[in-house]
Amino acid sequence: MSWTSDELMTVNAARALAGARTCFVGIGLPSAAANLARRTTEPGLVLIYESGTLGSKPSRLPLSIGDGELADTADAVVSVPEIFNYWLQAGRIDVGFLGAAQVDRFANVNTTVVDRGPGRPEGRLPGAGGAPEIAASCGKVLLVLRHSTRNLVERLDFVTTVGHGDGPGSRARLGLPGAGPVAVITDLGIMRPDPETAELTLTEVHPGTTPEQAVAATGWPLAVAPGLRVTEPPTEAELTALRRLAQGAPDA
Amino acid sequence: MAEILTLRDAVAGLVHSGDTVAMEGFTHLIPFAAAHEMIRQRVSDLTLVRMTPDVIYDQLIGMGAARKLVFSWGGNPGVGSLHRFRDAVENGWPRPLELDEHSHAGMANRYVAGASRLPFAVLRGYRGSDLPSRSATISTVVCPFTGEELAAVAAINPDVTVIHAQRADRDGNVQLWGLVGVQKEAALAASRVLVTVEEIVDDLAPAPGAVVLPSWTVDAVAVVPNGAHPSYAAGYTVRDNGFYQAWDAVSRDRDAFLRWMDENVLEAAR
Repeated sequence: MSWTSDELMTVNAARALAGARTCFVGIGLPSAAANLARRTTEPGLVLIYESGTLGSKPSRLPLSIGDGELADTADAVVSVPEIFNYWLQAGRIDVGFLGAAQVDRFANVNTTVVDRGPGRPEGRLPGAGGAPEIAASCGKVLLVLRHSTRNLVERLDFVTTVGHGDGPGSRARLGLPGAGPVAVITDLGIMRPDPETAELTLTEVHPGTTPEQAVAATGWPLAVAPGLRVTEPPTEAELTALRRLAQGAPDA
Repeated sequence: MAEILTLRDAVAGLVHSGDTVAMEGFTHLIPFAAAHEMIRQRVSDLTLVRMTPDVIYDQLIGMGAARKLVFSWGGNPGVGSLHRFRDAVENGWPRPLELDEHSHAGMANRYVAGASRLPFAVLRGYRGSDLPSRSATISTVVCPFTGEELAAVAAINPDVTVIHAQRADRDGNVQLWGLVGVQKEAALAASRVLVTVEEIVDDLAPAPGAVVLPSWTVDAVAVVPNGAHPSYAAGYTVRDNGFYQAWDAVSRDRDAFLRWMDENVLEAAR
């Protein structure tokens, strides 16, 4: 089977959920990946949506975080204040899975405004949503976005959500309880924070991608980890499950 | 006690130009019909409060009804931008829009404080974010017991909260279920409450996980079947995802938007 670069991204994002028990799911790419994980690597994964659903088991990929099926198939439905206070803030959720518009070398995220240059008004993005507290309070965080110099930038125009702040020790100084971002999965490969410097480093590329391509598509001088690996090609089962999801088809 | 009124009379009596208005419903039970009636009655200069402005506020903003927006996530869920919101913020069309911007956790807690009639709420939030630099309603407070510094967010107490619910009884007791969002808090935080419902029934049979707002917490109930469309009411309607996808093209262009509003909202009452 052949595949697209977006499929490589989503399949690898789903694989990153292996071993997770509970996941706070952002809309868009994270939702596709988390639902794929439920159909492949992690069938018992508890999906938690900010609309107040705990344990959603949608048969089709939802368009929004509040599609009726998310509530109809959930173990429990709670109010929005409760999902954020009793479940997220209380530290009950293993993994936060987020998309992003801009990410910097310390995996900080901007989803608020972009600078469009002198004489032009700021470009408006949707805003924070649940992200600042999801990234603060989940046990760890996964980010998924397409790899480009526009998305992976030297300097954020606005810090909406803190990843590793300005480097090692930053999260502890800010009092952020979770471990923060552990991987950024893109359509070219995977970046992980260096254990010493907390700076995102290219640790994997997808089949058919060179590290040079990933470096060229990154807005800071991206370090390549020694022992760079190539991700396993998507299996037929993964691609079939993903395509059924994308078509809105129920689980096979 | 809640009065059972027509939507027209309920909006005319409870929603006034210059008000701070919260129209809640987290993807589910969004009170679109009430917003359309507000547009027809030319209510203006509103401070609109909503966690997710969604298409409902894209329409109110595009029609020039709002001077300020208090929110936490302004996109078309799963589709992309809210183009009327963006046009107002970036270009001031049809009028400039002041923003007070939060995270979801912050907004949810602002409503909790409002419903509790406390001046502010406390959460572990916004740490390291630039959001507090642009908002006068985010600050910090030190815990008197542990010394921990926590985020403090100002209460929201709307002049009027408008919600949609599945049903009410003849006394005006209101029942809603499914994704109940932040509606209970938004209603109890407000000075006045308007609820549109799918139907009025003789008896409110208990429903699993339902929220009940007693009649004496509500000012007016108006029956508007399908009044949440293109959002939905669990048990009655399903979310019209096709509408949300089609809204992208309608709302991208100022003239196409105004034509759509004229044909589907303003004409609808003539």
